[in-house]
Amino acid sequence: MEVLSGIVAHYNQWITVFLMVSGLYIVVARGNMVKKLVGLGLFQTSVYLLYISPGKILGGTAPILDPAYTTYSNPLPHVLILTAIVVGVATLALGLALVVRINEAYGTIEEDEIFDRDGAA
Amino acid sequence: MIRSNLPALQVVIPLLGAVLCALLRRGNAAWLLALVVSWTMPFVSGAMLANVLVSGPISYALGGWAPPWGIEYRVDVLSGFVLFLVSAVGAVLMPYARASVGAEVDAAKQPWFYTMYLLCLTGLLGIVITGDAFNAFVFLEVSSLATYVLIALGKDRRALLAAYQYLIMGTIGATLYVVGIGMLYSVTGTLNMVDLAQRLPAIEQTRPVYAALAFITVGISLKLALFPLHVWLPNAYAYAPSMATVFLAATATKVAVYLLLRFFFTVFGLHFVFESVPVGEIFIALSVAAMFGASLVAIFQEDIKRMLAYSSVAQIGYITLGIGLANQAGLTGSIVHLFNHAIMKAALFMAIGAVFHRIGSVKIDDMAGIGRKMPATMGGFVIAGLAIIGTPGTVGFITKWHLAVGALDKGMGWLVFLLVLSSLLAVVYIGRVVEVAWFREPGKAAANAGEPPMLMMTPMLILFVLAVYFGIDTSLTAGIASRAAEILLTGPQ
Repeated sequence: MEVLSGIVAHYNQWITVFLMVSGLYIVVARGNMVKKLVGLGLFQTSVYLLYISPGKILGGTAPILDPAYTTYSNPLPHVLILTAIVVGVATLALGLALVVRINEAYGTIEEDEIFDRDGAA
Repeated sequence: MIRSNLPALQVVIPLLGAVLCALLRRGNAAWLLALVVSWTMPFVSGAMLANVLVSGPISYALGGWAPPWGIEYRVDVLSGFVLFLVSAVGAVLMPYARASVGAEVDAAKQPWFYTMYLLCLTGLLGIVITGDAFNAFVFLEVSSLATYVLIALGKDRRALLAAYQYLIMGTIGATLYVVGIGMLYSVTGTLNMVDLAQRLPAIEQTRPVYAALAFITVGISLKLALFPLHVWLPNAYAYAPSMATVFLAATATKVAVYLLLRFFFTVFGLHFVFESVPVGEIFIALSVAAMFGASLVAIFQEDIKRMLAYSSVAQIGYITLGIGLANQAGLTGSIVHLFNHAIMKAALFMAIGAVFHRIGSVKIDDMAGIGRKMPATMGGFVIAGLAIIGTPGTVGFITKWHLAVGALDKGMGWLVFLLVLSSLLAVVYIGRVVEVAWFREPGKAAANAGEPPMLMMTPMLILFVLAVYFGIDTSLTAGIASRAAEILLTGPQ
C-alpha cells in the first residue's frame, strides 16, 4: 500500500520515466527508420515533463509580482524547455529529411534491408 | 570595447558568418567568407588565452545579466586552451577546404557546406566558452545538428546512413546529458557551473546527484566516442567529405572531452566523482579496452579513412585514460593529447584526403606506390604516423610520457606496459599503409597521381612541422596543459 501511495504521489515522475523508457525501447527495437524517429521524439518529449512538472508549485500563481500573492511557480523550466522543444523539432526535421534521402538512395527505410543492399553492392 | 567583448565575439562572429554564408550562392564566395571568419577566430581566442594566463579567468555576463541568473561566459586556462585549439584547427584547415570540398561536394551544396561548417564551429566554441550547463546543451545540439548535415553531404550513399545513425546516437547522448542537468537543477535551483560547484557539496550524497552524474557521464561519453559507445564514429568519419572528417576528428570529440573534464572536476569535484563512485576505475578499464580493441580493428580495415577513424577511438582511449588516473601527470597527458591528437590526426586525414583528391579512392590496394608520386604528402603521413605511434621527438611521445608518469604515480606500473604494447598495434596499422605506399610498384590507380594543389599542400605541411615541433618544444602545449590540470585538481580559483 505504501508503494502504491508513493507511486500516486509522484505520478508525474512515473509518467516521465515510462515515456522515457518506452521511447528508448522503440529506438532500439524497431528497424523502421521513421518509427525510430518517433521513439526518439518520445524520448526527448519525456524530458520536457521532467523539467516542467517540478516547476509548478501547488497553489502558486504565474510569476508576476503582486502584493496579493506570496507563492509563485518557477518560470525558468518553461523557458529552458521552449529551447529544448526547438532543438527537438530541428532534430526531428533533420532526421526525417535524412530518411527521405535514404529512401531515394536505397528504395527502403528498413534498416536490415539497407544493410543487405550495401552488402550486395 | 572590443577587448572586453571578446568572449561574445568568439561565438557571434562564426554565427553571423554562418547566416551570411547561407545567403551566398557561389561555393568560392562562401569559402572566402568562411576563411575570413576562421582566420579571425584564433586572434580572438589567442588574445583571451594570453589574458587568462596573465591575469586569471575572464567572466562575461552575456546580455548584461549577472551570473548566476544570466548566462555566463567563462574563460579559464583549460577553456582558453581548448578555444584556441578549435579555432586554430579551423584556421589551418580552411585553405585546404577549397579544393577538397570543391571536388567532393556538389557545386550547389557548397555554400551550405560552409554554412554548416561555421555553425558547427559556433557550437563547438560555444560549448567551451559557456559557464552555463543548459547553454552548453544548446551549443552541443547546434554543433551536432550541423555535424549530421556535414556527414550527410558525403558522396557515398552510406554517408546518409552514417549521418542518420549518428543523429540517433548523438540525440540520445545529448538527451541523457540534459536529463542529468534537469536533476541537478531540481536539487540545486541553478544552472551556472561555478554556482553548481558551490551548492553541490552540501547535498552530494543524495540519489538525484548520483543519478545526475551517471546521466551526464554516459551522455557526454556517447558524444566523445568512449569505447564501447563509439559505434557511430567509424562510419561517420569514413563517409563524410574529407574536409568534414578532418575538422570533426580534430575538434568535435575534443570538445566533448572538455565538457566531461568540466563536469568531473569543476562541477562535481574530484572527491565526489573519483572517491564515492568507481568512475576512475571504469574509465581506466574502458580506455584500455579502446586502446587495444579499436587498434586491433584498425589493423584489418581496407578503407584507410575507416582505419584512421578506429585509430581515433583508440587515441580517445589515451585521453580518457588520463582522466581515469585523475592525477597531475595523467590529466596533463589528457589535456595535452587534446592538442597533440588534433594535430596528428588532422594531418593524417588531410594526407588521405589529398590522396583521395588525386586518385579518387581511399582503399589500401589503390594506394600501392603512391609515395613515389606524392612524396611530400605521404612523407608527411609517415611523420604524423610516427606521432600516432608515439615515437620520441613527435607529439605522440609527449602524451604517452605524461600518461606513463601518471600511471606510475598512481602505482599502476602495468599500465605503462600496456601503453607500450598498444603503441605496437599502432606500428602495425600505420606500417601497413607505409609499406603499401612506399615499397610497392605504383599500381593503375596511382599511375597518374601527383602532389595536391598548393592550397591543400600548405596546411598539411604546417601540421607535419607542428607534429614534430611540439614534440620537441613542449613549453607551450604541455606547459599550459599542466597549469590547466593543476587548476582542475585544486578546484576553481
